[in-house]
Amino acid sequence: MKKIKLIIIREYLVRVRKRSFIIMTFLGPILMAALMIVPIWLAQNADESASIGVVDESGIFLESFAQTENIQVSFLDESIAEAKANFGNSGFDVLLYIPKTELNVPEKGILYSNKQPSIIIKSFVEDNMKRQVESLKLSTSGIDENVLRSIKTSISLTTIKIQDDGTEKKTFTEVSMVLGLFSGILIYFFIFIFGSQVMRGVIEEKTNRIVEVIVSSVKPFQLLMGKIVGVALVGLTQFLLWIILTAALFMLFKMGFGDSLQLDSSAMMGNSAQAKEMMEGQMNMGAAKAFEMISSINFGVMIFSFLFYFLGGYLLYSALFAAIGAAVDNETDTQQFMLPVTIPLILAIVVAQMVIQNPEGPISFWFSIIPFTSPIIMMIRIPFGVPYEEILLSVVLLIAGFVGAVWLAGKIYRTGILMYGKKVTYGELWKWIRYKG
Amino acid sequence: MEALFRAERVNKSFTGHQALKEVSIEVPEGSIFGLLGPNGAGKTTLIRIINQITAPDSGSILLRGKPLQREDVFRIGYLPEERGLYKKMKVGEQALYLAQLKGLSRAEALKRLREWFTKFEIENWWNKKVEELSKGMQQKVQFIVTIVHQPDLIIFDEPFSGFDPINVNLLKSEILNLKAQGSTIIFSTHNMASVEELCDHIVLINKAQTILKGSVQEIKQAYKSDTFEADLTGLQMPASDIRLNGYEILGIEETLEGISRIRVRIATGESPNTLLKSLLQYGELHGFREIIPSMNDIFIQRVNEDKARI
Repeated sequence: MKKIKLIIIREYLVRVRKRSFIIMTFLGPILMAALMIVPIWLAQNADESASIGVVDESGIFLESFAQTENIQVSFLDESIAEAKANFGNSGFDVLLYIPKTELNVPEKGILYSNKQPSIIIKSFVEDNMKRQVESLKLSTSGIDENVLRSIKTSISLTTIKIQDDGTEKKTFTEVSMVLGLFSGILIYFFIFIFGSQVMRGVIEEKTNRIVEVIVSSVKPFQLLMGKIVGVALVGLTQFLLWIILTAALFMLFKMGFGDSLQLDSSAMMGNSAQAKEMMEGQMNMGAAKAFEMISSINFGVMIFSFLFYFLGGYLLYSALFAAIGAAVDNETDTQQFMLPVTIPLILAIVVAQMVIQNPEGPISFWFSIIPFTSPIIMMIRIPFGVPYEEILLSVVLLIAGFVGAVWLAGKIYRTGILMYGKKVTYGELWKWIRYKG
Repeated sequence: MEALFRAERVNKSFTGHQALKEVSIEVPEGSIFGLLGPNGAGKTTLIRIINQITAPDSGSILLRGKPLQREDVFRIGYLPEERGLYKKMKVGEQALYLAQLKGLSRAEALKRLREWFTKFEIENWWNKKVEELSKGMQQKVQFIVTIVHQPDLIIFDEPFSGFDPINVNLLKSEILNLKAQGSTIIFSTHNMASVEELCDHIVLINKAQTILKGSVQEIKQAYKSDTFEADLTGLQMPASDIRLNGYEILGIEETLEGISRIRVRIATGESPNTLLKSLLQYGELHGFREIIPSMNDIFIQRVNEDKARI
């Protein structure tokens, strides 16, 4: 045990002191914060000003377009041919042409411009035309617009989970989706990043030949375990630092930008009136709802299961990565063995989308039980609530999975680290697994 | 002398070939034991078995008469032929780590390493990264790490490769020092000159089997071929006309200006004095000695004979 401790300490210190670790530690939260902040910031500054020239042959849209601060609309009193000819020096960004149609309400328009018009302009024109046409149709059918508006209903569905002890708990499906997907993807990255660190560590020891000195002092298995545990601690350290730094950064940003942030974030949803309505509705509920949403998350369970599934998945995969590292002579040879190991991981990310849509379905069930994918998929499912017996099954299988993987990897590792200059095949690996002593 | 280390009838096979076949060695305490053999003979496998890196299929490995235990790795020091260090780690830190893996406490390891670094005059390397050192410098560090825990049994696999002659001498004297202090050393090399210089006993392994073993002195005696060599000057006749009655002349060559070196074989059991007397009539005698075969010759001869056997 004393030796494993020594190895763990070395593996840990060597990596934590590395410049790349320090850079990643600071870059990670900055990237994460940027992911949250940049879209908001962009939305705030993306207000594009445009002027639209309209040639309306139908004559029903005249002055019906809602002017906004950024979009100027001018109705032109010329034919489309003239307007097109003058377009170059008219100063308009786009030219909207609404032709006369046989029907009494036109449903078509043509946008002319010298560059692709932005989605904002397009949806602005569509919304305005649609509103005008709709109100026209309503009045021709004899329906009062006010009556219609009063009929429009927005259903608000509150989801409440009846827990086993009979108490009720409000749930928020969207929150569960985001949270589940985020933690699942985080586990995916962590397994990849730190699993391949283990692999590179093994390759380093093998290629610089220090491994022979070390295995004359400790058993190969001790070296393998020391390395895996050491790197796991590096991962946990980085994770912890990220959480602290991200929280700190976000706080800092919030203080700096203040309240304007919340209101302007509606701009993210584009200009559609419906979206605006929805956003405003949400805003009215405001802080109380946000607080309720956040408190609906069971952070204890989330953090505990994240740690378990991260460690379980990491142990399983890092052992396999270590075996790959031991089997090859240098990093470029790893490709042929990497593929089968990474396929389940990538598959998990691919089915993640389906799992979010239907966290109780058979795909979700099986992928969250099989140890190769369960760290990611079960993590996605957990915010939705998973029956205890399924969690138990998945936990037991994951533990069995990594014990098996470590055992198997230990066998390959033991032989592989002392084998040089041999092109290793799968048949060869199988032989190594069967070697005794 | 009591054998410190003994391997008895060791067999080891890998899929497809046998690496060791009924190999037995016996290393007397306080001696230097040469483990010789051509490439691929099975030396490294034997060394790995001694270091418990691999286990033999059959046979016993005894240290001081007791089967080798896991804790015995603390009593063995091993300098592999293919050796390296962590390139990005600092020299001192790394030496400390490796010494602690060999069971030394941190304080003890630090104290002893400081002593060795001073002795080798490399104190100022302590905080350098390994990648900043030359290959020879790295090997010095490796040498120190191998012996810092004062093992009873030290295994050197080609310790001199990569060293310049000055450092080779430094290392040789350190190895002899270790021997004088009572360490037992297994020494594997292809450099036969250093075998003659250092080794007390040897074993020669070829194609997984022992083909020769014993003390260096005895082996050399056994491989003498009753051949003598004489340096003569002032020859009365052309060297090629020399006829020594009853003796087989193996060769005559002119070594320096006017000195002819004649190699002659006498019949087994015959006194060299008779040969000496008959040589004197041809010229002035400057030298006369028996040719003792070098370990190099014996190595080549035995391995070639073995090849013929198979």
